[in-house]
Amino acid sequence: MISIQTYDFDAAAEYQALRASGPASGAIVTFTGLVRDSGDLSGVSGLFLEHYPGMTEQVIQGLIDEASQRWDLQQVRVIHRVGRLALAEQIVFVGVASAHRGDGFAACQFLMDALKTSAPFWKKEITSDGEQWVEQKDSDLLRSQHWE
Amino acid sequence: MTTPDTIRVRFFARLREELDTGELELPAGSAANAGDIARALAEKGGPWQQLAGDQPVLVAVNQIMAKPSTPVKAGDEVAFFPPVTGG
Repeated sequence: MISIQTYDFDAAAEYQALRASGPASGAIVTFTGLVRDSGDLSGVSGLFLEHYPGMTEQVIQGLIDEASQRWDLQQVRVIHRVGRLALAEQIVFVGVASAHRGDGFAACQFLMDALKTSAPFWKKEITSDGEQWVEQKDSDLLRSQHWE
Repeated sequence: MTTPDTIRVRFFARLREELDTGELELPAGSAANAGDIARALAEKGGPWQQLAGDQPVLVAVNQIMAKPSTPVKAGDEVAFFPPVTGG
């Protein structure tokens, strides 16, 4: 299931929902991304996240479909927030329930790496001096290409 | 419902701000592919030139990643945006 939302999420509740994915699930791997104080700029007090409604959900569903073909997964949950987010707020959640940990670790990492370079989201960093759109990182592209 | 005879062109993030435009409509006959649209808009000058410049600008046609050579027709939605930075 995919949610794109302005409001916060409860990672513990999402974990419990993954636990309920059935008796075949032997492992749950989750990732949560937070707003940190330094990115392209230092002294970041918050982010503004823009997305392309409709295309975002399609791209993420495509990534979940690909992950489900490559690994043996019981359930996948992706949440991504948009709008204005303050320092230390939660941005993104990826949770995977699988029979074995190897598939869960790999699928969770693949989904995050691929989401960062293919889902149409854009971050703008906000500091006391102003705002600046974040530039795509070569390191993120390399991490994503590693899965091809 | 009548068939639209236009192409809806959308812009996101830094491009949307620099062009001061979220979306516009073009006559469908004016472009055969996504690259034609970028080149036609670049002729407006100023910030619009970046649509045909050296900086990477991504394009999607009907919400699927596309290339300049991807054909476009009436009723299509074409979007231009900078490389993505979510997650």
